[in-house]
Amino acid sequence: MPIRFIPKPQSRPGLVAYLTVGDPDLTTTRDIALAAIDAGADVIELGVPFSDPLADGPVIQRASERALRHGTTLGDVLAIAADLRRQRPDSGLVIFSYFNPILRFGLERFCSAAEQAGVDGVLVTDMIVEEAGEYLASLERHHLAPIFLAAPTSPDERLKRIAAVSQGFVYAISRTGITGTQQSLATEAEALVSRLRRYTDLPIAVGFGISNAEHFAAVGEFADAAVIGSALVRIIEQDIERAAPQEAPSSIGRFIEGLRTGPRAPVLQVR
Amino acid sequence: MSTVIDPPKTSTIAGRFGVYGGRYVPETLVAALDELDHAYAEAKVDPAFQARLDSLLRDYAGRPTPLYFAARLSEELGGAKIYLKREDLLHTGAHKINNCIGQGLLAERMGKRRIIAETGAGQHGVATATVCALLSMECVVYMGEEDMRRQELNVYRMRLLGAEVRGVRSGSRTLKDAINEAMRDWVTNVRTTHYLLGSVLGAHPYPTMVRDFHRVIGKEAREQIQEKEGRLPTAIIACVGGGSNAIGAFYEFIPDAQVRLIGVEAGGHGEKLGEHAARFHGGSPGVLQGTYSYLLQNDNGQVSLTHSVSAGLDYASVGPEHAALHDSGRAEYVTATDQAALDATVRLARTEGILPALESAHAVAECIRIAPAMARHDILIVNLSGRGDKDIGILSREMSLKGA
Repeated sequence: MPIRFIPKPQSRPGLVAYLTVGDPDLTTTRDIALAAIDAGADVIELGVPFSDPLADGPVIQRASERALRHGTTLGDVLAIAADLRRQRPDSGLVIFSYFNPILRFGLERFCSAAEQAGVDGVLVTDMIVEEAGEYLASLERHHLAPIFLAAPTSPDERLKRIAAVSQGFVYAISRTGITGTQQSLATEAEALVSRLRRYTDLPIAVGFGISNAEHFAAVGEFADAAVIGSALVRIIEQDIERAAPQEAPSSIGRFIEGLRTGPRAPVLQVR
Repeated sequence: MSTVIDPPKTSTIAGRFGVYGGRYVPETLVAALDELDHAYAEAKVDPAFQARLDSLLRDYAGRPTPLYFAARLSEELGGAKIYLKREDLLHTGAHKINNCIGQGLLAERMGKRRIIAETGAGQHGVATATVCALLSMECVVYMGEEDMRRQELNVYRMRLLGAEVRGVRSGSRTLKDAINEAMRDWVTNVRTTHYLLGSVLGAHPYPTMVRDFHRVIGKEAREQIQEKEGRLPTAIIACVGGGSNAIGAFYEFIPDAQVRLIGVEAGGHGEKLGEHAARFHGGSPGVLQGTYSYLLQNDNGQVSLTHSVSAGLDYASVGPEHAALHDSGRAEYVTATDQAALDATVRLARTEGILPALESAHAVAECIRIAPAMARHDILIVNLSGRGDKDIGILSREMSLKGA
């Protein structure tokens, strides 16, 4: 069986939406993801909350803490993935995690469960290509796309190696730093995407700091897709803060619709 | 406790100790780790670098440190002869300065003038702030708010030395959280900043490099004991938080199979997760902050909170080389409780007039436990990794002493 993949979007840019699973609770995360898909998200990144999210800024740290406070596990994330796959057979589904929860669950067991759940790809924040031997083998056995991060600090020789083992899409980090919103889009992003282009025909998604329609459109000028994470998580947090977490799915839906000006174009066709 | 499935075996990164170690970091940091690795490899064989390092260790830090025969303590315990390796006499009051001078010189060599560090007990922060003052570098130290509270003297020392101390409010507000925050800073400012990591933790090359900067402890101790006793010790005892003083003390003795290597972890005030920091007694292999090692974690792979009366030992993971020494059986890892460490502090103060850091007091506690049953010709070396002045506040809160 060929590896499932996330093809190039037919209309730029595609949208990859990150959510911390279990924030505010599992059912609401599922409903938020459904709303995001229906509003135009091509790929959902299901974030596994971790106690020590050292690549994340304060917004995702707080979401992880909330999700862990009521005991969200990797098993829960896989269950949400399965549910989403049943309800939206054509959406891209990626598990986004730090390595330790997966290691503890068991790498092979995780990959098998993710395949069963209908997950397309896996991105592990603290997994680099040099450490990825068994990880890649397990993912391949279970037809899961390995998605790696590429950073502005990665020299060309590393970009080449990253591109060589990636499937689905490559996640280009827009700037050095942790996740979180920023006022303007870093100029480093475009340079990184053009360096990456030399080594891959896969779609390139740009993430970190993309928080509004202006950034989204700007990314569309040079990349295939934009990843929006902290901005979504912050909207959910605001609904939690005003004691209306049940509003989060419609808040997210409205925000995503607002990212695309004009009539909705057919976007990132998945699988 | 469930067994670990799929330990990573196929790494192509150097810096593995058995299956442990490696490099589990965000991609943004890899280039900086490579740069550090190369700079260190060059410096190691550069006579000019070594000469400068040796000169600073000697004239600035105060090496070699004495190996002191603790006659009264030995007599009182009635067993083995006890020697103390006096790292507490070093400039800034602990072994940490060995590594800080080494990495400070490396940062200078790489042209990085901004230094960040994490600190638990504050000893590494003070040593880093000191070296930054010496080398005229900008210094930012991350410290958990709980540790700032219990080691407030060191917070003031760092500020006095010109460092900026940034309090960390996440998690248990201790060492682990300070490392997370330092890594977030590094990933943001990686092009201009060197992360002066304070223990044998983190991604390659840190565990190897930091060990190398502390090897001098065991090298000196080995020569000194040969000179004083004409033979090797029965055992070497050191406390293990991240494990830098312990690996420094152990390393030269690893080939001497007859020398027992005893690491002492923080037993805290109970055996349940969250009540101690004994990674080899309740932990299991996992990845935290860049390295694969023993880790206190729950069944879902979330890292546990830890407790120790000593901020420097209050950490959920341990250096990967210790994990390998543990699994091979070459080193033994035991625990000492908060109370045993407090008792040992008082005992050493009153028998030898030496006030150990609470971290080092865990090693003294193990010495007090095992020495009486040993023979008169047995020799114990305790690595007294730091002095206890910084702990006066916590000691006075924990124990109301009456005049003896």
